[in-house]
This record gives sequence, C-alpha cells and structure tokens, in this order.
Amino acid sequence: MKTLLQGNYAVAEAVRLSRVQFVAAYPITPQTPIYERLSDYELEGKLKGVMMRTESEHSAMAACISAALTGVRTFTATASQGIALMHEMLHFASGNRVPVVMCNVNRVVAIPWAFGSDQSDSLSQRDTGWMQFYCEDAQEAVDTVIQAYKIAEQVFFPVMVCIDGFFTSHFLEPIDIPEQEMVDRFLPPPDIPNRFDIKNPAYVGNVVSPEQYMVFRQKSFEDMEKARGVIKRVDDEYREIFGRGYGYLEAVDTEGADVVLATSGAMTSTARVAVQSLKDKGYDVGLLKLRTFRPFPTKEIQEALKGVKKLAVLDRNISIGKEGIWCQELKAALYPLKERPTITNYIAGICGADVSPEMIEEMVINTLKREDAPELPVWVRRDQ
Amino acid sequence: MMLKEELEREYMRSGHMGCPGCGVATTLRLVLKVLGERTIVVIIPGCHAVISANYPNSVLKVPCFHSAFEIAAPTAAGISNALKIRGEEGINVLAVAGDGGTFDIGLQSLSGAADRNEDFIYLCLDNEAYMNTGIQSSSSTPEKVWTMTTPGGRKGRKKNLMQIIAGHRMPYAATVTMGKPLDLMEKIEKAKNIRGTKFIHALVPCPTGWRMAENLSAKSAMLAVESKLFPLYELIDGINFRITHEPQGIPVKEYIKIQGRYRHFTDSDVEALQKQVDEEWERLVEKAKSCI
Ligand code: SF4
Repeated sequence: MKTLLQGNYAVAEAVRLSRVQFVAAYPITPQTPIYERLSDYELEGKLKGVMMRTESEHSAMAACISAALTGVRTFTATASQGIALMHEMLHFASGNRVPVVMCNVNRVVAIPWAFGSDQSDSLSQRDTGWMQFYCEDAQEAVDTVIQAYKIAEQVFFPVMVCIDGFFTSHFLEPIDIPEQEMVDRFLPPPDIPNRFDIKNPAYVGNVVSPEQYMVFRQKSFEDMEKARGVIKRVDDEYREIFGRGYGYLEAVDTEGADVVLATSGAMTSTARVAVQSLKDKGYDVGLLKLRTFRPFPTKEIQEALKGVKKLAVLDRNISIGKEGIWCQELKAALYPLKERPTITNYIAGICGADVSPEMIEEMVINTLKREDAPELPVWVRRDQ
Repeated sequence: MMLKEELEREYMRSGHMGCPGCGVATTLRLVLKVLGERTIVVIIPGCHAVISANYPNSVLKVPCFHSAFEIAAPTAAGISNALKIRGEEGINVLAVAGDGGTFDIGLQSLSGAADRNEDFIYLCLDNEAYMNTGIQSSSSTPEKVWTMTTPGGRKGRKKNLMQIIAGHRMPYAATVTMGKPLDLMEKIEKAKNIRGTKFIHALVPCPTGWRMAENLSAKSAMLAVESKLFPLYELIDGINFRITHEPQGIPVKEYIKIQGRYRHFTDSDVEALQKQVDEEWERLVEKAKSCI
C-alpha cells in the first residue's frame, strides 16, 4: 500500500526501518523535517537509541564518526551551508572508514542567499571519499537509504544520499514504505566493529610517515573500486525482495541513438516527459539517468553511450571556471573511446529555477542541430 | 585518599616524544593512573597527540582516538553514547585537549556537549599557548606574555574559562595541576564517579614554550598555586565553589621570574599582575564563602 508523504518524511521512515541506533543532527532548510520527524519517532519510541541535538553540523558529523567507530549504526542529514561547514569532517569520516549514512537535501550555497535546489553543495564534496547517490524521487530516496546501510557496512565507506531540495524533500508523493519485517530480512542488525575495545586497546588515527600515508590512501582507493561490485549486488538483492532497483544509472533507449539526454536527480522526471514527447514527434532520442556519482560508473556510461553521436548534459549545478560538474565527469569518462559523442552542456534549474519539458525538448533539438559542441555551457532560464 | 595501587599503576608507557620536563606528559600520566584500564581516550591535535603515538606505536595502554582539533567534546560524546547503546557500562571516556582546542577553536563544540550534559571527562591541558605549532598566542595566554605571534607581549588578559564553564552548570568542574598531584588525582577520582560532563582545567608547565629550564616544571606548577595565580578549587553544578588548597601567598614574582616568557616584565608590570592576582583570589574566596 502506498502512503502519501513528503520526501523528507519518507527519508525519516527509511532511517527508522533501518533500525538506526544513533542520530546526530542540526536544523537547516530544507532538511529540517527529517530531523523533526526523527525526533517524533524518538518520543514515540519508534526510534531506539540516541538522538543527539548538536550545536552544529560539524559536531553532528563528528559525533556520528566516533559513534560509528564505537560500533553503532548512525545517521545525519544536512544541506547547503551545513554540508559546507561539515567539509573537514567528510574527509575525516572516509579516512576513518566509518559506515555513516547521511541524507543531503540539495540546496544552493550562499552567496547570494537562497533556498532552492542545486547539486553544487554535495557535488563539490566529490573528493572527500564518500559514496554519493542522487535520487530521482522520494521512493528512490527511501530505497537508497536502506541500501546505503547495507553497502556502507560491507565496504566501510560513508554514503551520501542526495535529494533535491523542495521538489523531492517537500512535495507529496505516493510512496511504498516497505514492511519492517522485509527490511529486517534485507538489512541484518548492525554488526559494526568497536574500534575502542578496552580489552584489546588500539590507537585510531596515529600520525604516519609520507610513505605510510600513501599506503592508506591507495588502500582506500582500491577498496572503493571493490565497492562497485557490492553496490550492484545490494541493488540486485533489493530488487529481488522489493521489486525495485536502480543500478548505477538508468539508460533508456540510449544505444546508437541520434541524441541522448543525460541528467540526474528530480529533473529526470521532467526529462522523461520531454523525451517521450520528442519520441512521439519522431526523434531518435535516449535518456541517461545518472545516479551514482562516487564511485563514478565510467564503464557503464561507456557502454550506455556506444554509438551515440550527440549528447546533451543537463546540469543543476555549476563549477565556476569550467562547466557543469556531471558534464565534466561524463567527458572524462568518454575520452578513452575512439568514437564519442559531441557534448553540449546545459546549465538549468539552478536554485530550483523552473525547467519545463518544453525547455528540455528545445535543448535536445538544439543539440541535434549543432555541428560542433560549444566550448562553454549554455545557460537556460526563463526570462524575468 | 589515593590507594597505593592507584599511585603505582601506569597506563602510559615510557617513550613518549615530548620535550624533557613536559607537563603534558606528566599530567596525562597522573590522570590515567586514576582512571585505569576501563578508559577510552579522545585526543585532538596538540603536543599531547603528537607525543603519544607515531604509527604503529602508542604510549597509551588504553584505546585512543586521535580526533580533529575542534571536536574533542562531540567526539567523546559520540563514544559515550555508543557505549550506552551497546550496553557497555562503567567505561570512562576522557577527552583531552589543549588550551587552543578548548579556549579557542573547540569552545563551541564543548559548549554544545556540556549543554546536553554528555557523559565524559573533559581534560584541558592548558600550557597557555599553541605549543605544538611552536608557541603562538591563544586566548589563554596571559597578558603581556611573549609568544612567537606576540613578540611585543599579548594584548588582553587570559580568558576566564571557568566562568564560561560555570554558565553551563556542569555537575563537576575543577582546577588541577601536576604541582599538587594528590589534589589532582582526588579530583579525577571524583569526576570518575559522577555522570554527566565533568570539566578539569589543568595548568601544565611547558618548559619549551615558557622558556624555562626543564627541571622546573613541577616547581613552576607549585608556585602558580602557592602564589594564588592558579588557585585550586572545585565548582559543583556551576554555582558552588570549594577551594581545595589554601595557598601560602608567595609573591607572584617568584613564579614569573623562572620563566623566559615573562623576562621583559618591568617592576610595574609585576606589580600590576600581583594586584590582579590578589583581586581574583579575593573574588574566589567570596564566592566560596557564599557557597558554604
Ligand atoms: S612544547 Fe611544551 S607541551 Fe609540547 S612537548 Fe614540549 S614541553 Fe611538552
């Protein structure tokens, strides 16, 4: 049975169902309803364990890290300035190899001050060593949070589950909230090692030499590579039990298409409408939904875009001084191929600015018409 | 009274990498003697961290986590809550931070943890400057004292941290120093048996940063107390003061004259400092009186 819920509350449901033992959080728009709902659960006895109301996001992540090192299942949520403040702790979490799961509700980073969706807050945390997943809707967010614990606790990397501010976090959607019993079957109770065993004392986080430091980094790099298989296995298993799975990405009619539209997050739903409308008009167009950002699915992308001549990349983020972040990553992934599509990057929907199916259709047609790809990204917005 | 066994046991191995005469090492050693083997230590950047372990070694016989600079308190809180969740009882969590990590960069997160009355002991090893990075001024550095970043002497007085601590109504707070080791150990023993956030402010001599001979650490710590410059007291629930040692009232000049960081002090500087010390002491005595 489906329940009508806003995305934030759906994420809170997933946290409860995952039997999280320790939550540390701090309010920030548009994430706050997750924190509030978890507080309700605590009061109602639905969330066992400890709820720590910290004085900053930085401390929230600090406490999640040390609690996870002590062997408990942890969660926090944040957005925008909050994830920016946490930045140091994000490196710290992955360096400590803790299976912390965090929901980041994408929101612009000041300045100017604003509240709408923009993936730059989390995409700019690219090199912190976190796994990152971008969800199309609240259902996917619920499923991804539950999956995230199973992945994180096998590979010992923290996982970030990202949803679009307001579009996904606040809009009501009919959502299938899984049964506790089924979730328990999929996700066993936490079995996380306690690194501070008084019977076997160890020092966590020593000072190391340059060579030793490199050894640790290389090990992390190699373990993240190994995690690719785990992500796939967990997703397959989830699909078997719950009938829903997402893969690293979703490729719809991409192979050999005249043009493919690549996008991520909530904008994918709009893109689906635009692509269908173009197909109805006779265009040979495919859709590439990007879900996993780290580890980056290079092979899967190369596979999905085989024989594609033109690629339009729709980014709700911008790396000033370069271009959209997904676009950069896609270009790098396609570079090793002998034949690769020409790529046009569209920057749209920043700060939750309106992106209609018609606007996306225009982007795709524009990409098809072009002989060469423009050097700079194309900014698309409604005139005001 | 301390048991003989507590006085003799050691949870710090030999081989720490501190300078000779380092007050940080001695203070930590005394504290761990009392806390014993059922202890988890959180350490943050500072001399106490750097001297305690180079991979894969550790001078501590108890588990330790080298956390980040500004998060001694929330790190300790995360551990103590996780222990509670796991049903592991009777384990002391000790957060160790310097004055930089406490008076300055970690003050916000300490305030947050104390406000929630998280269950751990916070030990501030106050050597009155950023010693690990090579003697730079912190808000704990006394007025007019020389450091590498205050070559003309620091402007402004040492922050009154215990007043800030008092505002949090912690169940237990105390000042200690290695110059009075039994007083120190008794206070740690008390802190160990109280639930909630306990704050221990330790004045720790640093021969390197204080520009002082390495055999004068214990003496300087003793003089700090006996001159009333660093009085020893307890603070219960943020309101009740109890002085635990009646100082002899040795002139403060005796304390500062053995330290090179005060070398440039003129007679009138010394006089002004003596006046400040006497006034502060009177204030403390008044507070302690009203608490009885
Ligand atoms: S600089 Fe001071 S605190 Fe640091 S190790 Fe040397 S004596 Fe100890």
